[in-house]
Amino acid sequence: MSIKKIHKDQPETFEFNEKSMQAANKIVSNYPDGKQQSAVMALLYIAQRQNDNWIPLKAMKYIAKFLGMPYIKVYEVATFYSMYNLSPVGKYFFQVCTTTPCMLRGAYDLVKVCKKKISKKENELSQDGKISWMEVECLGACVNAPMMQVNEDYYEDLNDKKLEEIIDTIYQNKIPKPGSYTGRINAEPVNNRKTLLGNKNA
Amino acid sequence: MLKDEDRIFQNLYNDNGADLESAKLRNDWSGTKEILEKGRDWIINEVKSSELRGRGGAGFPTGLKWSFAPKEVVSRPHYLVINADESEPGTCKDRDILRFEPHKLIEGCLIASYAVNAHKCYIYIRGEYFNEGQKLQIAIDEAYKNNLIGKDSLNSGWDLDIYIHYGAGAYICGEETALLESLEGKKGQPRLKPPFPALIGLYGCPTIINNVETVAAVPTILRRGAKWFSSLGRPKNTGTKIYCISGNVNNPCNVEEEMGIPLRELIETHAGGVVGGWDNLKAVIPGGSSMPMLPKEICDNMKMDFDSCVENKTGLGTAGIVVINNDQDIIKCMARIARFYKHESCGQCTPCREGSGWMWRMLERMAAGEATPDEVDMLFDVTKQIEGHTICAFGEGSSWPVQGLIRHFKDEILDRNKFDPVVKKQKNIPYLVDQHLLEKENA
Repeated sequence: MSIKKIHKDQPETFEFNEKSMQAANKIVSNYPDGKQQSAVMALLYIAQRQNDNWIPLKAMKYIAKFLGMPYIKVYEVATFYSMYNLSPVGKYFFQVCTTTPCMLRGAYDLVKVCKKKISKKENELSQDGKISWMEVECLGACVNAPMMQVNEDYYEDLNDKKLEEIIDTIYQNKIPKPGSYTGRINAEPVNNRKTLLGNKNA
Repeated sequence: MLKDEDRIFQNLYNDNGADLESAKLRNDWSGTKEILEKGRDWIINEVKSSELRGRGGAGFPTGLKWSFAPKEVVSRPHYLVINADESEPGTCKDRDILRFEPHKLIEGCLIASYAVNAHKCYIYIRGEYFNEGQKLQIAIDEAYKNNLIGKDSLNSGWDLDIYIHYGAGAYICGEETALLESLEGKKGQPRLKPPFPALIGLYGCPTIINNVETVAAVPTILRRGAKWFSSLGRPKNTGTKIYCISGNVNNPCNVEEEMGIPLRELIETHAGGVVGGWDNLKAVIPGGSSMPMLPKEICDNMKMDFDSCVENKTGLGTAGIVVINNDQDIIKCMARIARFYKHESCGQCTPCREGSGWMWRMLERMAAGEATPDEVDMLFDVTKQIEGHTICAFGEGSSWPVQGLIRHFKDEILDRNKFDPVVKKQKNIPYLVDQHLLEKENA
């Protein structure tokens, strides 16, 4: 459960655009008749994607009407789960994992770099307004620690220098290559592989 | 070391691609129809006699779980739910199955849903695994196109639809009843058990929930026979398991190995050893952050399977091994885990909601050496008041690791925390209650 603040400046209206509407209708059809409430999580994602990576209150009301469920239930879901942003975040949203397995391999060095190169505090926009960052709990790539997520992509096996390069690349309007920064595409032991040697890349 | 041919997940490192064609070269989808034709009872009995235990943490026998589903569909449809909400710190095995071995999972879904009479299968993937989910969706589309699933799957007469449902960053949704709540579009707060999901689960219908790795292992077990699977490991702890080795090792990796492999062999052979040598080892968390840590003396001779772990007062959990060496501050490591649990408590039961915060704050103070010696026992008491007093196992998961720390490293905590609250200097402020604060520099 996370503490989240609702943004002060809320837009007047919110409606799904055509693309969102199509996606929403498809998702709702995944669930049995009368159980369309199940789609609320996916619909919040769709709203978030349409609205520059955050969810305004109007969108929650809109989704509540769309699914025929009470507004408070949508509000509950949106505030319970940590991946719904209730106030604006940067276009590039850095989430640095600092849970123990990443911490052991130097995740707090990455936090230092973020503080230096992006903003002093979490959830604040960088000077050009493009990037914001926050510490998050385990992202489930512990073998590739330390790692972080930028929007939907994982950046793995980082250290402070590599992170500085990534941030610089983004400041230049380019998207750096996601994945591991020691060259592996998976979770094999680097230079020490003893299993599945019959496979072609071993 | 396990022979390569006995490994179930041949594409764990994505040497050969995850598409259907490559998957078929690895024997996926071969003879699936014949397996289905042998019937429900045969499948469940074979899984039972293979002694496969759930790979999601609790280690419940899979065949037994499947047999709890009602034999006939009466008024309510049955559901199969796959738990891919992998959020346990130290664990990242399901991620590799989702992105590199999706067809094993889909084939497992078909067999499992046939065995438990389900026509609909939901795969609940954690929201952060968006790209992995997209890869799985590609594989599902491939399977639909080739009539492997969908209407009359494999011409066996069985209809199966598979849908992906994304979570949104809540650890607690890995608990099966919280996962069902989340799937129904509510807050992920666990339900009381009983009734168990096998009878009253998703939308109040009979539901079987399995971990990704469990279901993905089933097709290979049925193809090669329960005898093969149970010949690996030892009775009640059979088969193979993907171990995730992270932390202070030279080559952190995922590796599939036999159950019961010695912990030391696992770390030294596959992960390149502890940073600074085995003697530099401080502690190991053997099964994801919910399991109590073990000091080096126990790790020397420890075997990695469910029962050996229990004998050493810990658990295999998800087999996410976190190695901590002497360069780390062990109390700080535990404090960070406690912060994780404080953040992830769903807030439903008071002992867990409040207690997880207490544990975190006390541990932070202990890491900084600001606690009194008595507080160590007090902390142990707090963990005992959380454990067993909550709806779901999160209470145990958050308090066991703290108990593990106190059990094995109490001396170290006491060494650091010699702070004595008795006032030594006399100061003339009669109404101040917390007199010991006066001894702090900035008081």
